[in-house]
Amino acid sequence: MEKRELTCIGCPLGCPLVVTMENGAVVSVTGNTCPRGDAYARKEVTAPSRVVTTTVPVRGGVLAAVSVKTAGEIPKDKIFDCVRALKTVTVDAPVSLGQVILADAAGTSVDVIATKAVAAR
Amino acid sequence: MMDVIIIGGGVSGCAAARELSRYKGNILVIDKEEDVCCGTTKANSAIVHAGFDAPAGSRMAALNVTGSRMMPDLAKELDFAYRQCGSLVVCLSEEDRPALEKLLENGRANGVEGLRIIGREELRALEPNIADEAVAALWAPTGGIVCPFGLTYAFAENAAKNGVQFQFDTEVQRIERMDGGWRLWTNRGPLEARCVVNAAGVHADELHNQVSADTMTIVPRRGDYFLLDHAAGEHVHHTIFQLPGKYGKGVLVTPTVHGNLLIGPTATDIDNKEDTATTAAELDEVRAKAGLAVKDLPLRQTITSFAGLRAHELRHEFFIEEAAPGFVDCAGIESPGLSASPAIGVEVARLVQNILHLEENPDFDPRRQGILDPKALPFAERAALIQENPAYGQIICRCETVTEGEIVDAIHRVPGARSLDGVKRRTRAGMGRCQAGFCSPRVLEILARELGVPQEEITKCGGQSRLIVGTNKDSL
Amino acid sequence: MKSMDLVILGGGPAGLAAAIAARKAGIQDLIILERDRELGGILNQCIHSGFGLHTFKEELTGPEYAARFADEALALGIPYKLNTMVLDLSADRVVTAVNRTDGLFQLQAKAVVLAMGCRERPRGALNIPGTRPAGIYTAGTAQRLVNMEGFLPGRRVVILGSGDIGLIMARRMTLEGAKVLCVAELMPYSGGLKRNIVQCLDDFGIPLKLSHTVVDIEGKERVTGVTIARVENGKPVPGTEEHFDCDTLLLSCGLLPENELSRSAGIALSPVTGGPLVDESLQTSLPGVFAAGNVLHVHDLVDYVSEEAAAAGRHAAACILGGTAQGEDEALPVTARHGVRYTVPATVHPARLDGSLTLRLRVDNVYRNKTLAVYAGQDCLWRRKRPVLAPGEMETIVIKGAALDKLPGCSGLTVTLEEV
Repeated sequence: MEKRELTCIGCPLGCPLVVTMENGAVVSVTGNTCPRGDAYARKEVTAPSRVVTTTVPVRGGVLAAVSVKTAGEIPKDKIFDCVRALKTVTVDAPVSLGQVILADAAGTSVDVIATKAVAAR
Repeated sequence: MMDVIIIGGGVSGCAAARELSRYKGNILVIDKEEDVCCGTTKANSAIVHAGFDAPAGSRMAALNVTGSRMMPDLAKELDFAYRQCGSLVVCLSEEDRPALEKLLENGRANGVEGLRIIGREELRALEPNIADEAVAALWAPTGGIVCPFGLTYAFAENAAKNGVQFQFDTEVQRIERMDGGWRLWTNRGPLEARCVVNAAGVHADELHNQVSADTMTIVPRRGDYFLLDHAAGEHVHHTIFQLPGKYGKGVLVTPTVHGNLLIGPTATDIDNKEDTATTAAELDEVRAKAGLAVKDLPLRQTITSFAGLRAHELRHEFFIEEAAPGFVDCAGIESPGLSASPAIGVEVARLVQNILHLEENPDFDPRRQGILDPKALPFAERAALIQENPAYGQIICRCETVTEGEIVDAIHRVPGARSLDGVKRRTRAGMGRCQAGFCSPRVLEILARELGVPQEEITKCGGQSRLIVGTNKDSL
Repeated sequence: MKSMDLVILGGGPAGLAAAIAARKAGIQDLIILERDRELGGILNQCIHSGFGLHTFKEELTGPEYAARFADEALALGIPYKLNTMVLDLSADRVVTAVNRTDGLFQLQAKAVVLAMGCRERPRGALNIPGTRPAGIYTAGTAQRLVNMEGFLPGRRVVILGSGDIGLIMARRMTLEGAKVLCVAELMPYSGGLKRNIVQCLDDFGIPLKLSHTVVDIEGKERVTGVTIARVENGKPVPGTEEHFDCDTLLLSCGLLPENELSRSAGIALSPVTGGPLVDESLQTSLPGVFAAGNVLHVHDLVDYVSEEAAAAGRHAAACILGGTAQGEDEALPVTARHGVRYTVPATVHPARLDGSLTLRLRVDNVYRNKTLAVYAGQDCLWRRKRPVLAPGEMETIVIKGAALDKLPGCSGLTVTLEEV
């Protein structure tokens, strides 16, 4: 039996959660005061995932950089791989909102897309 | 070989440079920092003392009173911010009254005009926020406030206009006598001059002691200050000193020429001549003392605190004299050095001229125009200015309403701004309530563009003070 | 001088929402004056996601959220001027502004919406002793450099203040290759959202030190280190100092509504929020001048900024079109009590309510299991149990229907916390 401690992010209460696991499966969640805490804990210990946001340099744009995000959540342990994969990426202006900047980032099968339009200079 | 090298681009060195530019000669001002106005000159009370405080008969007293008298005309000639707001030395207890009388006598002996002691009622009429305990005050109508940066840049720019050169990031490591003058070994190689002016502030003793057996000792005396927002600028209308007495020495509370309120300083003798860090204890001391003479101080309006060093010579006197042949000291210039600076400049130039007998510079132009402030113009003129140069329509610093036009002007002056602080001291961009939070990225951009360097190379104040250390992901 | 129906000071989320609402309410002759080089305000540098859950039921990044409103404003043909700084607002609603192309100009407005946003509390206001080298930034300044220019302002970072911008910047700096050593927070609780503490700090193993502050900054040219210490009763505890070698200190220590224009126009400001005192229509003490968003009181969610600003836009439109009553009708004070720090609005005209009253408020500490209640005189109008209330989370109360009938003639409204 393995125990993991988490803080619930569902609301400002921030319940301290204890998740008991056995062979990678959740046995129980305690400490939560509502069902949202239970759901959050189960997801967080089995398949934690995040949206990653960063910037990419723009060539010939009215702005020097464009903000980007993963189009969906990616596994938490792939965050840095995703950012590293963007290290060498530069995009030419104009950039449109939602434009794919990097397809299948770091093998996550999630695209990185622009979150802002940048006009050409 | 230069005719004159002035070591130190503080207010004294720059005042001396400006006075010497009345003569034909190769004159160079060097400073170890990246700009003029980087030492004692940049962090002080920004006031022009009337001259009642310095001991009667002292050099300090004479130069203070003369400098203070020169200030109004000089402010017009050199276009810097100065206001004769008058000052009050507040007496907080009847038992201290004899000391107030003594101060009046000393001031009269120094030749200060218009001094008189005022009573409770008149004091309250002048300053409604004065402490209830105040029983009387010494009123000095010739006391004033000045922008120390503006004064120093005015001297420096006028000197440059009349032929004086400036070299920065140049620190003198050793001085040696040579045939017909002095050789200065610096971090940027040797420099030679027939005559040297030692205006090195807190470091002036180190230079002096290399050329004279009659040694001097300068102790850096640190003072912490609070600067309050414009919203607090009307809390007092005159420079308010506390009479040293029952409650100790006290600190001053003064309006500034730019409408802020300035409170301080402490006086702590320290060892390290570069240590301008504020300390919690001293800031607490300022807070505690400032409230003695002025009530309801809105300290919540503090926008910054800072500390400066006074170049205190142990004998508490200005040393302006030829310490060795061709080596002129301008040392021990602590308070009231800023007030005395116009007179100090004249005195240093007289001493140098006694040695060199330079020809007069027939092209000397005594006038200098400050950086144009669009805020000071009437509506129609300001609108016309923007039409002519749209950069004056682009506000960069929101808090102090500083335009791109002013910043570009500051960068292209001689000597010009090369850093964020250089821009700030010249234009007030970043001096306001947000303390450069909004404008620093914009000023960085403008500096890089105008100087033709990448933004990464722009510093806050020269040396290693870069603001940007790399680009995103460069270390991943 | 040109006359206009409505002038909106600021083109961030508040200004955009106000403009859109006013246009939809029938105001054709309006303009947005924005000081930055694009619409959207501070959202443009908030590139993280988490915006718009309330309004759009999806998680947008700041620029995406801004684009939704900016696009709508453009589609409605709402005029705007960029790089335009408002220099003055007079008591009779003359707006003086300046930019490169129009130069110095004045607009006589029938109504004005204040939407200037807020600024960060700088180091000086925090009284942190030490040196003043390069490497000390407010979190927002660092955010602009990193997120809009692609520049790293430092490599080894200590952050003071656990407000959301500080937490967000801890993650941003980390993702761009900097090492964030710790986040120190003066208070015994964080002012930021739980979600940000988990996803910006815990995800990257960045320690959060509650009840700690910076007591010294070292470095002559660039920051070389900072010292933090534990705080008890507002004072650092000797012997608890911990030194960090770092080149950067980020400050995320609170936001202040930017009301210099309001102040010089003579608008009454709240000493608690720093924003104008407004009535139920978000009208300030100056008739025809409305306020919304962070210039009114600092919000934690942009969705509520948009909502509030849309209301201000509608009320401004009504005022222009002659629908807002002005004058001497009864105005009730709204008093914040027992743990409630402030309310917006601060006064209510019962006769001017259109069937509902929205009250926004913040509490002064972390409270668990309390009841939040609103009284008209002695009559309770509204009450709800709250498992937790925190200063970092704004509360919104909407009172509708018959409860509002108790307002006319009562001694005033009181918003308070009570034991359950």
